Amino acid sequence: MRNAFADEATQLGDADPRIVLLSGDIGNQLFDRFKSKKDGRFFNCGIAEANMMGVAAGMALSGLRPIIYTIAPFTTSRCYEQIRDDVCCHNLPVIIVGTGSGLSYAELGPTHHSCEDLAIMRVLPNMTVLAPADEVELRQCLRAALKLSEPAYIRIGKKDEEIIQKKDENFEIGRSITVREGSDTCLIGTGTILPVVLGAADALAVQGVAARVESFHTIKPLDEKTLADVFSRYPVVAVIEEHSRIGGLGGSIAEWLTKQDRMNGRLISFGTDDSFMHKIGTQDYARARYGLTSENIACQVMAIIA
Amino acid sequence: MVPELRLGTLRDIAREARIRIITNSHKTHTPHLGSCLSCVDILVAAYFNGLRIDPKKPKDPERDRFILSKGHGAAALFQILAMKGFYPESALESYGQNGSVFAEHPPIPDHLPGIEAATGSLGHGLPIALGMALAARIRKQRYNVIALLGDGECNEGSVWEAAMMAAAQRVANLMVIVDFNKWQATGRSEEVLELTPLADKWRAFGWNAREIDGHDMVQLADVLFKKNSDGKPVAVIAHTVKGKGVSFMEDDNNWHYRIPSKEELDAACHELEIGA
Repeated sequence: MRNAFADEATQLGDADPRIVLLSGDIGNQLFDRFKSKKDGRFFNCGIAEANMMGVAAGMALSGLRPIIYTIAPFTTSRCYEQIRDDVCCHNLPVIIVGTGSGLSYAELGPTHHSCEDLAIMRVLPNMTVLAPADEVELRQCLRAALKLSEPAYIRIGKKDEEIIQKKDENFEIGRSITVREGSDTCLIGTGTILPVVLGAADALAVQGVAARVESFHTIKPLDEKTLADVFSRYPVVAVIEEHSRIGGLGGSIAEWLTKQDRMNGRLISFGTDDSFMHKIGTQDYARARYGLTSENIACQVMAIIA
Repeated sequence: MVPELRLGTLRDIAREARIRIITNSHKTHTPHLGSCLSCVDILVAAYFNGLRIDPKKPKDPERDRFILSKGHGAAALFQILAMKGFYPESALESYGQNGSVFAEHPPIPDHLPGIEAATGSLGHGLPIALGMALAARIRKQRYNVIALLGDGECNEGSVWEAAMMAAAQRVANLMVIVDFNKWQATGRSEEVLELTPLADKWRAFGWNAREIDGHDMVQLADVLFKKNSDGKPVAVIAHTVKGKGVSFMEDDNNWHYRIPSKEELDAACHELEIGA
């Protein structure tokens, strides 16, 4: 996914001289093609994220379109006040990309996990929050975010994520993509957990339950139209995210439900626990520790439907 | 050098600004008087004798940028911008009222002409100024950027992050002025976090640093107009006195938060007027 990001950012940078790429001392060789332009639009800002965010704001105040790239916790919680005051309060077109989001860097330990970023980004006024499922969605998210004149946060994985989506001419921020139709229940995924969600739909199918699968690449603004549809149509709507169950997409949908008249559907939420994971392992291991497996999701949904 | 006549005008503007700032503090209960009075001369020198700006074209892409990184000096900046003509004096009548943009810190630029960035939380202005200075390079523009920092503000790590990047990028169109009034909100800045030798710190971070009397219009003009030819960013350590201009406010940190009474206001204005 990060290679796709670098490739897409380079293409976009070729076409738009306002685009500037700021990296927090990561992505060795990742941006060689962007750097090879030699026109002074790539900055390794060092291990100094607060400054990097302020610099991006100053550039945006001067008519440029900065894209910031570093590991998710360092580009969100590390420099949160700069995002809040410099970028969001001024409502500037700065694109913040967090790589290795969720449990992508499970083996690096809890300092490198990012299971709060959706919550803290979506609470900020003016901020659009995106979590593409694969590199196809990522490329479209990046292009769409550049058309905004407001801040956007894009949380991405690391590398070799399964490609599920096809290029969608009608891609729009705030409009979920239906990945699979189904009449019995609805599974909503956001971000790179989508293959697990599809696996859960497969497992449900074996048991005779047809699950619709939605890819919510946009956490904010929320796709209220799709939500209204699925909550009126299905008895169970499950949200699956590689993020805390507090404050992420599930939390956001729960907030939305409080504003609705009584809905038919019941919301159940899959995500990480309200705890730090101190034991290291692979991403799959970490996901499994939090019940983010196809089998567990299918099992829990079945238990409610049956 | 600044002609003698012009110097007199600059000093008159600064005196008038001080009277307005103190009067406004009394009227609207706006604090940070000490911090405002320590940077008035710097603001007057910049806005009336240094920056290439046209109040009629506040968004001119080629204008110089000034960022009040010590945002709590806004009560001074608001008066200076009105005196410079960015907005009518009458706009200040709403100061401190519900719904006004004039309060204790600068609003975002969309809300007030002449403001380049909303500040208030410290340590934000220099990174923003650095971004603007780099943007000039990318867009092949020739403007300069000045960020005015407090000495207490130099506690913030982001100041030094920006200092290192500016030096690495050899950003020559960026100037920091530190309003070195030796106090921060609740104590002597030297005792809170060790600040000195401040000019040497900036030099060690790769900047050209100069120390001046921050109330001397000649020295201020000198640094504002000095051609910067060796490619380094410039740090001006402006030695100042908190509460400068009013005998009973000078170097008394109670005026960081205190609001002058009617008697104190009258006494302060009297001092400033007879000093004319």
